[in-house]
This record gives sequence, C-alpha cells and structure tokens, in this order.
Amino acid sequence: MTSHDLRAENLTLGYSDTDIVTDLDVQIPDGRITVIVGANACGKSTLLRGLARLLTPRGGQVVLDGKSVQDMRSIDVAKVLGLLPQSPVAPDGITVGDLVGRGRYPHQGWFRRWSDDDDRAVEAALEATGTTELADRNISELSGGQRQRVWVAMALAQDTDLLLLDEPTTFLDINHQVELLDLLTDLNRASGKTIVIVLHDLNLACRYADHIIAMKKGAILAEGAPKDVITAAVVTEVFGLACEVVPDPVSDTPMIVPRGRHHAPQAVIQRLA
Amino acid sequence: MAATLEAPVVRSGRTRRRRRAVVATTVLAIVVFCQFVLTMMVGDHFVPPVDVMLSAVHLGDDPMTDFIVRDLRLPTAATALGVGLALGIAGVVFQKLLGNPLASPDFVGVSSGASAFAVAAIVISNAGAAVVSASALSGALLTALIIYLLAWRDGISGYRFVLIGIGVSQFMLSIVGYIVSRGDLYEAREAMTWIVGTVGQAGTGELRTLLGALVLIIPVALVLERPLRMLELGDDTAKALGSRVELNRVAMIALSVVLVGFATAVAGPIMFVALIAGPIAQRITGPGGGILAAGLVGAAIVLGADLVAQHLLPTSLPTGVITGIIGAPYLIWLLATVNREGRGG
Ligand SMILES: Nc1ncnc2c1ncn2[C@@H]1O[C@H](COP(=O)(O)OP(=O)(O)OP(=O)(O)O)[C@@H](O)[C@H]1O
Ligand SMILES: [Mg+2]
Repeated sequence: MTSHDLRAENLTLGYSDTDIVTDLDVQIPDGRITVIVGANACGKSTLLRGLARLLTPRGGQVVLDGKSVQDMRSIDVAKVLGLLPQSPVAPDGITVGDLVGRGRYPHQGWFRRWSDDDDRAVEAALEATGTTELADRNISELSGGQRQRVWVAMALAQDTDLLLLDEPTTFLDINHQVELLDLLTDLNRASGKTIVIVLHDLNLACRYADHIIAMKKGAILAEGAPKDVITAAVVTEVFGLACEVVPDPVSDTPMIVPRGRHHAPQAVIQRLA
Repeated sequence: MAATLEAPVVRSGRTRRRRRAVVATTVLAIVVFCQFVLTMMVGDHFVPPVDVMLSAVHLGDDPMTDFIVRDLRLPTAATALGVGLALGIAGVVFQKLLGNPLASPDFVGVSSGASAFAVAAIVISNAGAAVVSASALSGALLTALIIYLLAWRDGISGYRFVLIGIGVSQFMLSIVGYIVSRGDLYEAREAMTWIVGTVGQAGTGELRTLLGALVLIIPVALVLERPLRMLELGDDTAKALGSRVELNRVAMIALSVVLVGFATAVAGPIMFVALIAGPIAQRITGPGGGILAAGLVGAAIVLGADLVAQHLLPTSLPTGVITGIIGAPYLIWLLATVNREGRGG
C-alpha cells in the first residue's frame, strides 16, 4: 500500500444558506486509524463528505497527495479513497453479490469490464464481513445489521488505500460492532490501510483509535491520541455531559462513565440522608 | 486483501445472473419480432409471414401484398415498435434514476407536457410533422425542466419529483382538454389520439423522427447503463465510487425526455407503458436485466395492445385504452404495496 497524504486546508463546507464546517484544518495520519467523535449534527458527516469530494468546498480545499481533490477526476479519487455514507440506499431487488460488486466500479472502465481481480476482491470482502452466505439473497430481505455489513463489504471491495466510514456500526449488535472494528484494525495493521471512522460509542472510539478527533459545531475541539485527548472536561465540552473517565480494564484506554441526573454520587448521598 | 482466494460463489452468482438476463432479453427480442410480423399479417386480408418479411425488406414481387404490408400495415407496426421501445427505455431510466417505481415519465407529466404542446401546434397553427415533433419535444423538455427545478433542493429526491410531477401532469392534461375542446377543425377521432394515444394514425414525418432518434439514442442508452447502475445507489455512494453524478443524471434525463417527446408526437400519450415496462422486464430478466429489456417489454406491450385493440375486439379502440386496462390495476397494486413497504418516500 502506498502512503498518502490527505488533509483539509481552511476548509469551509455547507448546504444552501448555512455553513456547517468553517475554516477547518486537519491532516489524516497516514496508515493509522482515525476516529471522529462529536454530538449529533456537529458536522462529522459533512466533513467526511467534504474529504471524499462529495461536497464542493465553499472555501479552502481538500488536498490528496499534494493535489486539490477538486482538480482531480472523481474516478481517480475513488481509486484511492473510499467512503461509506451514513445512510446508503439500495436499489430495488438487488442481490448482495451484485451490490458488493458495484464497489468495483472505479477499477473498471468502458473497455475493462469485469475481471478475476474483481471476483477476488468481492469474495474477500464478503468473507471478511461474514456475508458470503448472503451473496445470493435480496438486500431487502436482510436484517439491519446484515445489511450494514453488506455495505461495509461494498466499501471494502472498492479496495482503496484510504477508507472513510460514517457510523459503520449502526444497527450492529455489540458483538458485531467489536468484530467490525477488529476487522478494520486487521486491515489497517496488515496492509497499512488508512481508516477514518465516525463513531458514537466513545469507549470503542478510544479503544480502536490511533488518533481521535473531537468535533463541536463544525470545528475541531481537540485531537490526538485518545489518552491525551479524552478527558472528563473534553467530553463535557463536546457532548455537554458530566462524566467520569476511568481506564478501560481491557485496553487501558480512556473509558467514559456518564453521570446523568439520577445516578450522580450526590443523588446517592441525598437518598441516604 | 487476500489475492489468492478463489471466488466460486461470487463468480457463479454473477454468471448465473448474467446468463439469465441475456437469455431473457433474447427471448424478449424474438417475441417482439414475432409480434411485429404478426401485426403486418393480420387484417382484412391475411398475408403469410414469409410474404410479410420479403415485402418489408423490398424483396416481394406482388404489388398488392407490397401495398398492404408496406403502405398500410408497416407504419402501424413500426409506430408500435418505436413508441414501445422509447417509452420502455424512458420509463426504466426515470425509475432507476429517481429510485421510485412511480417516477415514470407518463406518470409525472412529461408525456402530458408533450401532448399539450403537440396539440397546441396542431390546433393553433395547423402545423406540419416537423413542427409537431419539435413542439412535443419542447413540451416534454420544458415540463421536465419545470419539475426538476421545482423538485430541486440540494439534490433531487424521487418522492418530491413524483409529487410535483403529478401536479404538473394534471395541469398539462387540463391544457390538452381545453385545446381539444376549442379546436373545431378537429375530428373527434383525431383529438382522441391526444387524450389516450393510439398507434394507428401516425404521421410519416413524426414516425421517421422517432425512429431516427431511436437509432441514435439506443446505443447511447446502452452506454449509460453502467453509470445508471451507479446512480441508482444514491448520489453519495455513486460519487464515492467515482461516478460523475450530475453530468450522468442530466444526460439520462435528457435522453429519456427526448424519447418521450418524439414518441408522444407520433402516438399521443400512451399511458402506463413507461410505468410498467421496467418492473415487468425486471421480473423476467432478474436483477441482471437492463435498459434494453425494458425497451423490448415496452414494445411487446404496445404491439400486443395494438393487436388486441384492432383485431380481437368488435370495434377497434385506441391503443391507450388497452394499455390503460393493463396498467391501471398495476398502478393501484403499486400504490398499495409501496406505502405498505414504506418506500413511498
Ligand atoms: N443535505 C443537507 N442539506 C441541508 N442541511 C444538511 C444536509 N446534511 C446535513 N445538513 C445539516 O448540517 C448539519 C451537520 O450535519 P451532519 O450530517 O454533518 O452531522 P453529523 O455530525 O454527521 O450528525 P450525526 O451524528 O447525527 O450523524 C446539521 O445541522 C444538518 O441539519
Ligand atoms: Mg452523521
């Protein structure tokens, strides 16, 4: 896997009349796993879409390997950089194998249609996500979690050096969440794939991230190694939630224990008094 | 990724899908061809199939047969074939593009827009074939543009497109009704073309335009099949896979609208063909099927409807009445199931 440099410079992104992400600078560490966390509607998906050239910047630019992605052909970006959107839509009546196969689009052309490489990539992606037995099933007959794994398989079949995933663990039970994150870690460790994931589970985020980015209102509030970044103060600032941060007994990364109104120690004391 | 893995499951699935689609499409083409020949065989004077084919390719030696086949029946058969292909292709492209089975050009008002302009050209300016075709095309383009602009909000949602399209369609139909009611030069029968559509009385000029457009557009449509398979995944996924979404979408809408415009200029708004051709083709070919199969199903429907309308019923009816009888129950079923599955939005 060749090394890549993906960064945003003074990036401003928005929809119709509002700017969502303003003047943001970020560099995605090459060959590492980056996790983006932040409250709902803070602009995580918007940033990911901007990085993947789905949105045209209103200011600044996204630079991939020294070139503004806006100046690159979309197909060339798609050979290097993949994105799994937050809520992808499946066409009517499509089978799992067919859908995953469409991830091969950027590697094909008018003259170079389907090849053995494509078959192999699809097979490996199905295998990795545990969806091989589903290959001939219709997408509409799958459970939410099965469907989510199929979408991940499509993104894997694209076989890019950089992969951005927007909440890939939605709909997954806890076991499949951990399995998916383990799988992404395997891919990262084995082949050096650069991975960016938006996650809502802070504990898993801290565990799997080499680099964590905490966003608030379209800006980066803090970034770095989870141990350095995720403190009670930062979590409170980002999510407006009072919490304790303790070491994760399994991975020794930060683990967030939320307080809430009914379970803060004061409440316990008051009830006893 | 493990590059040494064999890929039996995937490959066999893909091959099976491909083979089924190819076989089914070939069978459809044969059926359409047979219907096409049959249309030229039957009538007051029966012509055997071999004579039909010889005469159609100018190898016949009987002037009487030539007259019946080439002058009387070939125009109708060619109209039905061309209109069916055009509507089937346009319908499936719209439906896939907008991700909604209701989003066919006849349902969202593109056909009615074409009718309104064509009728206006005929009644108001007594126009010739070229002007009628051009008006129908402008009507179709203008209607599509209006719907597109009204439905645009940071992208196109199929649902909004359909709702706005139905409104525009009603508006255009009321214009057709108004013009037809005012045009006294009109025979009632001719006005009928612009209300329900029929393949029986096509003008040669309009027919030539449609067939010419088909010869140019069908290869383009087949080339656009690949990008269409991306676009039906939604804008974000399609863009992430490197597809040029806006360009492809505009190209495909334009191509479908041109087909609908010319088809309407020839035969009026034959309803429901565009709506049902794609889904029926998908049933027949399986998920591997494509644009061509939908066009062939469209042709089969129009040719079949014309045969029924002309020969199986005591009085001959406009083609659109027959397609309406097939299409209306499907539409009701579709509305019922789309809402049940929550896919309406
Ligand atoms: N297509 C769009 N058109 C207009 N506004 C949008 C669009 N997509 C997102 N927004 C707005 O941009 C803001 C940021 O949205 P974004 O999807 O980036 O949030 P997010 O951080 O991914 O949230 P979540 O955790 O809920 O996924 C929100 O206020 C949202 O309403
Ligand atoms: Mg999001």
